[in-house]
Amino acid sequence: MSSAQIEIQLIASLVAIACAIPGTFLVLRKMALITDAISHSILPGIVIGFFITHDLSSPLLIILAAASGVLTVVLVEFIQKTGLVKEDTAIGLVFPALFSIGIILIAQNANDVHLDVDAVLLGELAFAPFDRLYIRGTDVGPKSLWIIGCIVVITLGLLFTFFKELKISTFDTGLAAALGLSPVIMHYGLMTVASITTVGAFDAVGAILVIALMIAPAATAYLLTNDLKKMLRLAVFFGVSSAIIGYWVAHTLDTSISGSMTTVLGLIFLFVYLFAPNKGLFSVLYRQKQQRIEVSLLTFLLHLGNHKEEDERHVKHLNEHINWQKVQSKSVLDLALKNNMITIDNDIVSLTKKGKKFTTKAIDYIISNKNSEIETMKDRFFLFRG
Amino acid sequence: MDIKEYIELVFTDYTLRTITLGTAILGAICGMLGSFAVLRKQSLLGDAISHAALPGIAIVFLIIGTKNSSLFLLGALISGLVGTFWIRGIISKTHLKSDTALGLILSLFFGFGMLLLTYIQKMPNSNQAGLESYLFGQAATLLESDVWLMVIVTAISLVVLLLFWKELKILLFDSDYTKTLGFNTQFLDILITTFIVIAIVLGLQTVGVVLMSAMLLAPAAAARQWTNSLGVMVTLAAIFGAFSGVLGTAISASHNNLSTGPVIVLVAGVFVLFSFIFSPGRGLLFREIRFRKNRNDLQLHKTLSFMYDIASTHEDISHPHAIKILNNFQGFTRKSLQKLEDKDYVKIQGNMWHMTESGYHTASNLYNQLIKEEDE
Repeated sequence: MSSAQIEIQLIASLVAIACAIPGTFLVLRKMALITDAISHSILPGIVIGFFITHDLSSPLLIILAAASGVLTVVLVEFIQKTGLVKEDTAIGLVFPALFSIGIILIAQNANDVHLDVDAVLLGELAFAPFDRLYIRGTDVGPKSLWIIGCIVVITLGLLFTFFKELKISTFDTGLAAALGLSPVIMHYGLMTVASITTVGAFDAVGAILVIALMIAPAATAYLLTNDLKKMLRLAVFFGVSSAIIGYWVAHTLDTSISGSMTTVLGLIFLFVYLFAPNKGLFSVLYRQKQQRIEVSLLTFLLHLGNHKEEDERHVKHLNEHINWQKVQSKSVLDLALKNNMITIDNDIVSLTKKGKKFTTKAIDYIISNKNSEIETMKDRFFLFRG
Repeated sequence: MDIKEYIELVFTDYTLRTITLGTAILGAICGMLGSFAVLRKQSLLGDAISHAALPGIAIVFLIIGTKNSSLFLLGALISGLVGTFWIRGIISKTHLKSDTALGLILSLFFGFGMLLLTYIQKMPNSNQAGLESYLFGQAATLLESDVWLMVIVTAISLVVLLLFWKELKILLFDSDYTKTLGFNTQFLDILITTFIVIAIVLGLQTVGVVLMSAMLLAPAAAARQWTNSLGVMVTLAAIFGAFSGVLGTAISASHNNLSTGPVIVLVAGVFVLFSFIFSPGRGLLFREIRFRKNRNDLQLHKTLSFMYDIASTHEDISHPHAIKILNNFQGFTRKSLQKLEDKDYVKIQGNMWHMTESGYHTASNLYNQLIKEEDE
């Protein structure tokens, strides 16, 4: 690995950390899409800042661009407060307008601005190591490494200082206000950090990857845990690992680094979305199927308990009486047999002692409106689940 | 170039005519279907889908190896639909909220698309030039055949909208009721979402991935301010959309270095701003005026009832009182006193005022009403 490669991976990892932290809170606050808006609408701020400073990495430009990010948030909230349109429509109206202004500004001044709209959206991480920072003539490393490093340090500092406040205002705004922690300050503080991070990161990785790095690691982590600290750590972990894997994928395929980082993030999310324990697609589908069968089983047992007549309890007639599909009735019968709830004698089904006990208890719970108790009762009675 | 010359040019110049027609039709169809997106609170779905369409275009190019805009549209449509249904899957099966799902699909699909695009750029194939035009759109690349495609799609979606008008309307405003009436809500839902995706995909070539969502939202959001009726709203949105297309094309054609997409979006934005401020029913301006008028009325009533209190302590209601005694009362100003006199509720003579018969009557009614409301 050459030193440039190490520097690129370092920058990418730092961007991932800087994005994952505010991203986690944005996802939890259901404001993920505001990053989309911010990342597009900082464009006019960047262009105007560039006219003034003629330097893409000057601090003034970062401040101006971050200010236009915060302006977006304020505008969106203003439109939302008028009640004329819904919040999402407000977001969808504000950022394309600001982005258009940015594009037109660039196009009108194409001769003086060495700004490419593609570069704004996509960034060029591969060139980041060539723009170096010199202090008194000594080379101290790439400029963007220093910028993003500062942002990470500030973000981490704010996170450790205000962790409690952030946590409370995220999960219970009312409580936070009652305790005297201003949720408004937390809100705008978070928005400012998100804007600064977006601006600092856009130079390296582009606007779209910033969105991906903010939302995807946090969303992936949210599927795995409900603990805020764990979620933050997981989000940082996913972000950094996708940065490093993404870099090598891009290196092998000779493609855009930000594109391949996003793709790796997408694959990680897809994997977790499908296989996450408890919250993944497969386990949700499995649980739904299990519950469906167990509900059918309960109905079936209640039916048996209600009827002494033989023709009501004949295996072949069950389909007609409880209106089941064939496959389902077979799996329900199997489940009941496995759990010793029924015996089948000459195709006539009858409840065992255990089955009777289960049924009477279930009826008690149903008439006394304690349906949730049935779940715990199932744990006590069932040897095998559906 | 003055307006007359420009209009002449629109009819004679092939490129300009094609672009003007194309953007007008695009604006109309986006406005029409965008109304549904806005009312269904799916405003940002457009943004997500337009980004999600990018990998579809790139994959089609990788497969066929040449540029073919109708096949690109098909690819974009498929990947847009995949994105849409994945968003639904995330929302319904996990505890992630819709904003997270939209942001995820938007950025992940777009990033994947960019990966493919940069991969394509490195390929030794001269045909790939111009794929980036889908990012920001290039109205100049519109051909007559593209416009025909737009016309056909618009016609089909119009027919479908009219056929399912009643069902779609009821689905918009009360989906539970629709279900109880026995309509297949899932089918209707997929139908309208598919058409929204189609409209977005159509616009990609003209206004580009990034600005497409505004194309969908802005005309509808503007139209929403002027009416409460769905039919009127859809029509108005189509008109607004078509006008922003035509005006945007005109402005960008008459200046150097102005790309069409952003100008159209800004024109549509002006429509929205104008509607937000000046619409008579909901607009901010008239709302402020109504607000002030109500406040003034209230203060007038307060002053009048205060005067009534004083006047009723005397046997003769037209007994004159000093204006000074009103001073410690909040609602009182010279202007409001003047207004009361104009309405013939009080008469002013120098520094004194006295109530008239009609003023006393109005005030006592006002007073009685208050008491009655308290009693109830």
